[in-house]
Amino acid sequence: MNARTVSAGLGVSIVGFLLLVALTAGWIAPHDPFEQDLMKRMIPPAWMDGGSVEHLLGTDQLGRDYLSRLIYGARISLLIGTLTVVTSGLIGTALGVVGGYFGGRTDDIVMFVITCRLAIPLILVALTVVALIGSSLTVVVLTLGLLLWERFAVVARTTTMQVRNLDYVAAARAAGASTPHILLREILPNIMTHLVVVATLEMALAILLEAALSFLGLGVPPPLPSWGLMIAEGKDYMFFSPWVIVVPGVALFVLVFGINLLGDGLRDFLGVSQRR
Amino acid sequence: MKPVLEIENLRVGFADGTAAVRGVSLKVARGETHCLVGESGCGKSVTALSTMNLLARGARRSADVMRFHDYDLTSLSDRDMARLRGDKIAMIFQEPMTSLNPAYTIGSQMAEVLERHRRVSRAKGLERAADLLGRVGITAPGMRLAQYPHQLSGGLRQRVMIAMALMCEPELLIADEPTTALDVTVQAQILRLLQELQRELGLALLLITHDLGIVARMAQRVSVMYAGQVVESGSAEALFRAPTHPYTRGLLACVPIPGKTPRDQPLGSIPGVVPRIGPGFVGCAFRDRCAHAEPACGGTVPRRTVAADHDAVCTMVPA
Amino acid sequence: MLQFLLRRAVLALSVCLTVLVVAFALTRLSGDLAVSIAGPNATSEDVATIRKNYGLDRPLPVQFVDWAANAASGDLGRSYLYRAPVSGLIRERLPITLGLGLSGLTIALLTAIPLGILSAMREGTLLDRAIGLVALLGQAMPSFWLGLILVIWFGLKLQWLPISGVDTWQGYIMPGTVLAFSAIPALMRLTRAGMIEALSSDYIRTARAKGLSTASIVLKHALRNAAMPVVSVAAVQLGFMLGGSIVIETVFALHGVGYLAWESISKNDFPVVQAVVLLLAMIYIGLTLLADTMNAVLDPRLRAG
Repeated sequence: MNARTVSAGLGVSIVGFLLLVALTAGWIAPHDPFEQDLMKRMIPPAWMDGGSVEHLLGTDQLGRDYLSRLIYGARISLLIGTLTVVTSGLIGTALGVVGGYFGGRTDDIVMFVITCRLAIPLILVALTVVALIGSSLTVVVLTLGLLLWERFAVVARTTTMQVRNLDYVAAARAAGASTPHILLREILPNIMTHLVVVATLEMALAILLEAALSFLGLGVPPPLPSWGLMIAEGKDYMFFSPWVIVVPGVALFVLVFGINLLGDGLRDFLGVSQRR
Repeated sequence: MKPVLEIENLRVGFADGTAAVRGVSLKVARGETHCLVGESGCGKSVTALSTMNLLARGARRSADVMRFHDYDLTSLSDRDMARLRGDKIAMIFQEPMTSLNPAYTIGSQMAEVLERHRRVSRAKGLERAADLLGRVGITAPGMRLAQYPHQLSGGLRQRVMIAMALMCEPELLIADEPTTALDVTVQAQILRLLQELQRELGLALLLITHDLGIVARMAQRVSVMYAGQVVESGSAEALFRAPTHPYTRGLLACVPIPGKTPRDQPLGSIPGVVPRIGPGFVGCAFRDRCAHAEPACGGTVPRRTVAADHDAVCTMVPA
Repeated sequence: MLQFLLRRAVLALSVCLTVLVVAFALTRLSGDLAVSIAGPNATSEDVATIRKNYGLDRPLPVQFVDWAANAASGDLGRSYLYRAPVSGLIRERLPITLGLGLSGLTIALLTAIPLGILSAMREGTLLDRAIGLVALLGQAMPSFWLGLILVIWFGLKLQWLPISGVDTWQGYIMPGTVLAFSAIPALMRLTRAGMIEALSSDYIRTARAKGLSTASIVLKHALRNAAMPVVSVAAVQLGFMLGGSIVIETVFALHGVGYLAWESISKNDFPVVQAVVLLLAMIYIGLTLLADTMNAVLDPRLRAG
C-alpha cells in the first residue's frame, strides 16, 4: 500500500459514502428536512451545551433538523454535480473532438469559441441568467452545464489530435468507415479515460459553484436544503452559533475533497498524464 | 610528479541496487590527456560526474582516495566543492544543444563564472569572455556575447562551452564525449582546439569517449572501462601496441584501419550484452561475451601487471 | 514577434466583439426587459412607459448597435437604480476590486511559487507529499465559506483584522487570502512541474558544474525557465479572481465592482450588469495579451519566432 493507493481509497470511500447517504436519504434522515418547528429554533448540536440527541446536529433558524437537511443536501450537490458534468461533458467533448479531428478552419473556430467562453466571467453570467429566468434546480444545472465545458473541449481536442493519426484510425478511414462512425467508435473510446478525469475535476467545480450561487441567493431556491443555501441562511447567526455555517461548510469541503482525491486516483490508475 | 587528480577504488551505487562504478582507480597528471574509454553505460560518465560531485540524488559514492591536488574530494563539503567546480576543475558535456541555458545570453552565462569565483564585475567578466571566445576560434566575439544559445550552431555552442570552462583557468578539465553530438568536420576542429589549449595551458585533461579514433589521436594514458571497472589501463602506446584484455582487443577490432583492414573482411563485433551488475556480483563481467572464458573467470580476478605501466584484469595475464 | 502579437491582437478584438454580443443577448434572455425593470407591482401602463423611455420598443438589432457604439466610445449607459452614468459608478468602485485582485494574486504567487520550488527540490519526499496534500485541501475549500470562517476567527475571536471594509490595507488581507486560495493549487502544481523539468535539464547540470551557488541555480537558472507557464496561468487566474470577487466582496461587504454587479443583478439594473460583464471580459483579454508579451520577454526563442 503506497500513499497514492491510500489517498485514492480515501476518495472512493468519501464519495461512495456520500452517494449512499444521498440515495438512502429518505430512510436514514431522522426528520423531515422541511418540517419547521418554531419552538425548537437554533438548537446546538448534541455535543454542545443545550444540545439534544433528538437533533444530533441541532436545528436551524426555522427549527428544521440540521442533520436531515444535511443528508438531503448531499442529494442536491451530487445531483447538480452529475447533471452539470453530463451536460457540459457532451458540449465540450463534441466541440473538442470535432475541432481536433477536422483541424484547419474548423479547429480555428472551435479555439475561438473556447477563448470567448474563457473571457466571459463565469459566476457573473450564471448569476444573471438565474436572476432573469428565475431560480430552480433545472436552471442552475443548465446554466452551469452551458458554461463549464471549456476544459472538456480543450482536453478532447488535444487528445483527439493525438489519436487521429494512429494506425487504427487511418485503417478505419481507409476501410471506408463514415466520419460519425470513426468519431464515435474509434476516437471517443480512446479519449474516454482523459475525459473521465476531467469529469471529476469539473464535478467538484460545479458543486462549489452551485454552493456559491445558492449562497448569493441565486442558486437553488429555498426551502431546498442546498449546502450553499444553508450557509447563506446561517450567515446571520454565525457570530453567536458558528456551527450553523461550520456544519454544511465541512460537508461541502469533504465532498469536494473526496471527488478531487478520486480524480487524482483515477488519473494515476488510468495512466493519464495531464499538464496544468 | 604528483598527479593533479588521483582516484583509488571509486565505487558508485544507485538506489535500485545497481553498482555503476566498481573500484575505479585512475590518475591524471598536469599536461596529460587521460582517456576513459568504453561503451555507453559502462560507468565512464558516472566516474566523471562523481569526481565533480554532480551525481543525481540517490546515488552513493565512496572511494579510498579521491584527491585533487591537496583537496580531499571525499570529505570536502558541498559548499567547498562548489567553490572548486568551475574554478579549478571544469567540465564540458556531450550535449552542446541543451547544455546552455536558453534564457540567458552567452555573455551572461560566461561572465557569471568569473563573477562567482573571482568576485569581479560584470564588465570584467564579459571582457574575459570575449577574450576566450576569440581564443576558441569564434569570430566577432562581441556580437556572440549578446546572442542567445538558440542563435548558435552546435559546433559554436561547444566552443562556447569550452571557453566557459576556461574562464577561471582550471587545472583539470573533464570532457565527457565533447564531440559525439557534432559533425565529423566540426569534431576534428574541436579536438584540435582541445589539444592546443591543453598544451598552452598545461591542462590535465580527462577525456571520456567511446571512440577509439579519438583515443589514438589524443591520449597519453588510456583506461578501458567495462561494466563499472577499469579492465585495462596503461600508456596509449603500450595499450595500442599490445592490447591484452579480450574486451580491449574486441574494441580495437571494431575499428576499421584504412589500409590495414581488408575491404572484404567483416569488421569485428562483440556478441552479447553487458550484464546488469547487482550487489553480489563476482568474477569477470565480460566472461559471457568472451571467447577465452574459463572456469576461473567466475571467481575473483585480480589486477595484474602486463608490462611496466600497463595492467589488466584478466586471468590470461600471467601472475 | 510583432506578427505574433498582431495576430493575438486581432483574435482579442474578435473575442471582444463576441463578448459584446453575449453581454447584450444576456439581458434580453428574460424576453421582456421592461417587465423585469418595472418590477412585479407595475401596471401595464408603467411597463409601456419604461419601454418607451429606455428605448426598448426599438428592434433588437437597432438597440444593440446603439448600445455597442456607445460602449465603444466609453458611454456604458445609465444605471436605472443609481440614476447615474454606469462608467462613473464603475470607475468609483474599480480600485477596490483591482486592489483585491492584485492582493489575491500577490498572496497566491508568494505562497505558490516558494511551495512549488520547495516541492520540486524535494520531489518524492514526505515534504513534497505534504505540500501536495495542502494544495488538494485548498482546492476543496469553498471560498465564500472560508471567508466566513476567517471573519469569525481572525475578525471576531482574535480581533486581528477588520471584518469588513478596506479603509486600511489590513482590510485586504482576509479577502485577498480567500481569493488566493482558489489560485494557489494550480499555480503551485505548475511551478513544481516546471521546476522538476528545469532542475533535471542539461543546463542546470552545466550551472552546477560552473560551481554556482544553490540560490543562483534554483532562482536564476531554473526558475526563469519554469516561470513561463506560471506567468500565463497567473494572468488567467487574476482574471478569474476578479470574476470571483463578486462572491468575496459580498462576504466581506466590500463595495467594489463585484458587489455592484451583485446588487445590479438582484435589482434588475441591467446596464450595469452588461457593463461589468464587458469590463471583466476586456480585463481578461488584456491580461492574456499581457501574459503573451511577458513570455516573449522571458523566452528569447519566442522573441525571434
